[in-house]
Amino acid sequence: MNRRSGPSLLATLVACLVPVMFAWAEYADVILNDNSEAEGVAPVIFPHWFHRIRFQCSVCHVELGIKMGAGKTQIAMQDLIDGRYCGACHDGNTAWSIDNCDLCHSGKPGLETGIRGGHKTTGPGVY
Amino acid sequence: MSRYPLASLSVLLLAIASAGLAADKWKPLKEDGIHDPENPAIGVLQEPADALSVLQADTAGNKVDWARSLEYGFIEPRGSIDGDKRPKFRGTTVLMRNTMPMRFVSFPHKTHTEWMSCETCHDSIFIAEPDANPINMGKILKGEYCGLCHGAVAFPLTECDRCHNTDSSTVAREAQAPARTEGS
Repeated sequence: MNRRSGPSLLATLVACLVPVMFAWAEYADVILNDNSEAEGVAPVIFPHWFHRIRFQCSVCHVELGIKMGAGKTQIAMQDLIDGRYCGACHDGNTAWSIDNCDLCHSGKPGLETGIRGGHKTTGPGVY
Repeated sequence: MSRYPLASLSVLLLAIASAGLAADKWKPLKEDGIHDPENPAIGVLQEPADALSVLQADTAGNKVDWARSLEYGFIEPRGSIDGDKRPKFRGTTVLMRNTMPMRFVSFPHKTHTEWMSCETCHDSIFIAEPDANPINMGKILKGEYCGLCHGAVAFPLTECDRCHNTDSSTVAREAQAPARTEGS
C-alpha cells in the first residue's frame, strides 16, 4: 500500500463502522424497576415488539389503562392477580400466567426504570 | 496496483460490516444489554429476530415497517383483549402548514387508526380541534405529541420526509379539487 492508502483506509473503516454504530434496534423495551429489586426480584422487561404483533396500541393504552411512558403507571403484583394491567391477559388463558415470574422479571440487576430504544437513547433526540 | 489491495480490503470490510449489520439488526436477548443472560427466561422467550425478520423491512428504527406489515396482513393485531371489536377507521388527513422552511406535514389518520382507537390520542395527547395543538419539533424531540411514539415504538425522528411530505404547490393545486378535511 502506498502512503495515500492510510487516510483512505481510515475513511473506509469509518464508513463501515457508521452503519454498525447506528444499527441499534429500537425495541422500545420497557424496563420497570421502581419496586422490583427492592422487593427481591429482577427488573421487569416488557417487549413492545412482541406485544404489538398481537395487539393494537389501544388495547393496553386505552382498554387496560396503561399510560404511555415507562413507570407512569405504577403496577403492583396484586393488580395483576386481580386481573388488571398485564393480568388481564397473563391469566393462564390468553397468555401464560403470572406464576412464571422469570419470564417478566428477566432484567439485569441495577437497571433503571425507562424505555430502551426511544427518543432519548437513539436518533436526533440524544441531548 | 497498490489501489487494488485497498479496493479488495474495502469490499471485504464492507462485507464484514454488512454481515455485522445483519447480525446486529436484532440482538439475541442474552446480548441485548438488558436481559440477564443467566435468567431462565432466556431460551423460553421468543427471540426478536425470529419474529421481526419475517415482517416488512424498513431502513430505520427497529428495521420493521410496522404500517406495511399490518397493511399487507403480515400481522393481525387484535383491536381489543377479546378480539371482537376493532377501532373505528378514519380516512381524513390533517395538514399542518406551520412548518417553517420544511415541507408541510400531512398526517394520515388512516395509518394511525389501523393501530389505535381515537381515544388513544384524543384528547389526552392531541385536542381534536384545528389549531388547538401547539406542536413544535422541540417538543416532539422531548417526547411530547408525535414524539411520544415516534422514536420509541414508531419510525424515528431521523426520517424527516415521512412526515414533512407535502409541497405547498401540491396543496395549492389540491385546493382546486374537492375539499378534504384540514386541521391544525
